[in-house]
This record gives sequence, C-alpha cells and structure tokens, in this order.
Amino acid sequence: MSLLEILDVRASYGPVEALHGVTLHAHEGEVTVVLGANGAGKTTTIRSICQMVSTVGSITFDGIQLGGKTTTEIARLGIAHVPQGRGTFADLSVQENLEVGAFRRRDRHLGSDFDFWYGIFPRLGERRSQLAGSLSGGEQQMLAVARAMMSKPKLVLLDEPSLGLAPIIMRDLFDRLQSIQKEQNVTMLLVEQNANLALKIADRAYVLEAGEIALSGTADELRNDDGVRRAYLGF
Amino acid sequence: MAISDRSALLSGGFPRLADVIRAAKIGNRGLKYVTSIVVVLSVIFIAMDGLKLFWIRFMDALANGFIYGAVALALVLIYKATGVINFAQGSMAMFFTFVAWVLAREQSWPVSLSIVTAMILSSFFGAAFERVFIRPFDPANHLPITMVTIALLSVLDGAAMLIWAADPKGFPSPFPSSLEKKQYFDIFGARLFYTTIGIWLSVIAITVLTSLLLSKTKIGLAFRAVSSNLESSRLVGIHIGRTLQFGWALAAAIGTLAGCLVLSDTKSLLDPSFMAKILVFSFAAATIGGLDSLAGAVVGGLLVGQLQTMVGGYVTFIGSDLVLSVTLLLVIIVLLVRPNGLFGKVRVERV
Repeated sequence: MSLLEILDVRASYGPVEALHGVTLHAHEGEVTVVLGANGAGKTTTIRSICQMVSTVGSITFDGIQLGGKTTTEIARLGIAHVPQGRGTFADLSVQENLEVGAFRRRDRHLGSDFDFWYGIFPRLGERRSQLAGSLSGGEQQMLAVARAMMSKPKLVLLDEPSLGLAPIIMRDLFDRLQSIQKEQNVTMLLVEQNANLALKIADRAYVLEAGEIALSGTADELRNDDGVRRAYLGF
Repeated sequence: MAISDRSALLSGGFPRLADVIRAAKIGNRGLKYVTSIVVVLSVIFIAMDGLKLFWIRFMDALANGFIYGAVALALVLIYKATGVINFAQGSMAMFFTFVAWVLAREQSWPVSLSIVTAMILSSFFGAAFERVFIRPFDPANHLPITMVTIALLSVLDGAAMLIWAADPKGFPSPFPSSLEKKQYFDIFGARLFYTTIGIWLSVIAITVLTSLLLSKTKIGLAFRAVSSNLESSRLVGIHIGRTLQFGWALAAAIGTLAGCLVLSDTKSLLDPSFMAKILVFSFAAATIGGLDSLAGAVVGGLLVGQLQTMVGGYVTFIGSDLVLSVTLLLVIIVLLVRPNGLFGKVRVERV
C-alpha cells in the first residue's frame, strides 16, 4: 500500500508555478525514484512534501493530510528529509549531527545506534569529533544519510544525493543506500538526475518533465523504455 | 588536519588555550595584530608612569571588562540564533535591575536573592517577548525583528522613566566592599576589592554555565543546530520558535546579572539610562570578538575594558570623553583585518 500519496499537487514560488499537477505514490518498503532534468521540478516535488513551498492539492502520509502543517510537524510524523546540498550542521561535530538527527527520539538505544551507523560508515566513526563542515562532500552525504536514519523514520526523502560526488563515491553511496533500505526496510523517495544509478536501486520510478509527470512505471519498465534510455541513460 | 583544527576554534564554542595558541600559529592575523598593539601600548604606558600605576589600572579595568563581556555574551547569544542584534539588550537589563532594586530596597529582600529573582523574571519576560513579538516574523528576515528590538528599547526606557523617574538611586552591593573595613586584597599595591572579585567570579560562572548549557543539554544542542542551519533544523523536527525562546530567556537573564553587577560597584548609581553607554562598549566587544563566538565576546569585553581604562587614563587629551571613539577605531581596525572578528566563524565549508 502507498505510504505517501501525492495527488494532483501544484506548487509555486510566488507567482511562478513549478509543479502543474503531479501525482505519485511511494509504497511502503519500496524505493521510489523521481527522474528528471535540471528545472523539471524534482526538488520542488520533494520540498512540497515537507511544505517548504506553497502547494495546492492533496499530500497524505500514512493517512495524514500534510497540507497546512509546518515543516517541523511533518518531520515529527516520521519523515526524514536529506535536502539538496546535504544540509549538514557544519558547526556541529559529526557525533552531534547524529544526535540532532535523533533529536525526537526518547528511547535508550541511542548509544548502540551511533555505533551501528559508525559501523556502516567507518569514515564517520574516525571523524566523530570533527566538525561536519570540514568533511569532504562524500562524507557529508554519508553523514546526512546517517543523520536522517538516526530518527528512525518511516519515510526518507533524498534530494539528489549524487550531486557533486565523484563517480566512484556515487556508486559506493548508492550501494550503501540499497543495503540500508533492505536491512532497515525503510521507505525511500529518491529524486535523481543520475538515472542509471537510481534505477538500479529503485522499485518504482517516475519521470518528471517541466513540472508534470511524463512517464511512470516499475523501475524495470522504465529501464527498458526507449525514450528513457535515450534521454536519461545514454544508450 | 589544519582545516579541522582551525574550524574547531572558529566554530564559536569555547576554545582551550592550546587551541588559541595553535590558531595564532596557523595565522589568525587579527589576533596577532591586536596582540602586538596591546604589547606596544603596554610598554609605552609603563614607560610613561611606571609599572605600579599600570598594574593598578589593569586590575581596575578587569571588572569593567568582565561586565562588557557578559553583556556581549547576551548579544552574541541572540545574534548566533537569529542573526539579529538585540538593541533592547541594555534596556532589558536596566529594567530588571530596577526590579532587583525594588525587591532589595523596597521589599527588603536579601540582595543576592533579589538579583536571582530579577534574573528569573527577566528570562520569563524574554521568553514571553519572543513568543508575542518575535515569533510571528519570518526568522530569516532580519530587518523587522531588528525594528521590534528597537521598539522594545524605547518602550522599556519610557516605562522605567515613568515608574522610577530619572533621579539616580543607590543599589545595594551583593559583595562586601567597604574601604574602612579593609574589604580588599592588596596585590602588589593594587587594591582588589571583594566586589571586583565578585564581579569576576559572577561573570566567569555565568559564562561557564552558559557554555555547559549549550554543550551538554538537549535544548543547547537544538540551539546550536538552529544557529548552524535553520532549514535542516526544521527538517529534523526541532521546534525553531521554542529554541529561540530559550536563547532570548538566557540572554535576558545574563543581561540582568550584568546590570546588577555594574551597580554592585558602589560608585555607579541606578537610573533609566545607566546601561546605554555600557551597551555601546559591549557592542564593540562583541564585534571585536566576532559576533557569533561566545568566547570571543568575553575576550572582546576584557579587551575593550582595558582599552577604555588605559587609553582614557594615560592619553590625557582623550580622557573619558573620547575613549568611545578610540574603541570604535579598534573595532574598525579589527574588522579590516578580520571581517568576522577575532574568533568569528570564517565559513569554511567543503562541498
């Protein structure tokens, strides 16, 4: 069943409308990917879920209507958002970034969870007292993912995690994302330009063009679609 | 490695002495310049009138410096979180120093209890003020919030004038400070009154307490997260308004303490304008230290305190009238060399 349901959503920045009626579903336990070129409205889609842009239309998460809620309230429902540019707390240490990620948790398993994520991302473990602003781009992206996971979210939104990373680091990151998703059985909504990598880990995919959904289907269907191959996969 | 060392110091936390020395080696040019200016001036001043007078003035200046540091600390707390200079900081401190005065003089409460009560009341006031007048505004839009603080300044000044009138009042000192009873230490010829020591210890205590509050508690972590990245703080579910409210409450309490400390020196009297000049020196202190560094605020305060006493005392044509101009000159020099102040954060963020 779909955990997140976006129905005919229009989003605008002032007088400029960026999404012209987008409908998409993210099913529980699956990876859903939204592909699209620069300016297609990928980031706007993900930001409209967290109500960081003004939206019209229905966005429901776990049966709860998100429209009219504040970003803070939505985060507290169990949606973790890794924004574009990673959104790390540059002035806090790596450890403190993870603590902030777990800010809403009241349980006592925090300590073992820190160790767990340092185990997944050993580079972060080596740098746990270092300021996040001094990490490399790839390390910051890992930190952003680990921070999001520390909140034990039901849904993780990832806004172009591959942005600005070297190809080898990108691949490594997506491998880890895939194994994290499998192990934690968390629902992911991923927005990406890198269709190759994204489709590899996705169950379901949408193609966004100029603020509208141009194409949708399972990841396999899209991988075998000639249009998608020509436009996004390059073969 | 160098980058992380440097950013650890510049992050706005409390650096250890070793960090400061290391940063100076890495090339904190502002710190080098200021240190050289201080050394050169000290040598000249000592050569003029001898070591003893210099020592006496040095000890005198420390008390003022700590008070500027405390007010600067309050300014920095609000600035770090909101990016806004709280122009009402001085008036808030003045108003609640009056409250402490009412409790101590008219209700005959013990002085220290009056001060602590006034601090608590002022923090409630700061919290309520944030809720009613700051929260409705977009925290990213600084100008309206700055205007609100200026409005608060004039309201509090007017109210204090209306309630307590302009005639100066004596404020009871929480520390023993009688000259006749010899309530002072003689340290190499400089009289170090118990009051002065009380002022030092109070400011050091509130600084350490603030730093512990920010580094060890959950609300402190939230506060630092909000000052580091507003949008990401929302995305992890931090309640921005309540976190900023905590900052306002804390800053108000620190300001009130500073106001009462100013008056615990028996030479100073209480009237509705007594914080005005102190606020300007504290602005200078906060700017020199780097507006987003807590440690910088205290260091800047000590520096400005010394500058005020030394330059005002030794350079006769400057006296106490022109000393503010000299202080602002130092601010300009520091900002030219280091636009973010001595300990201010230089945005080194790798992408």
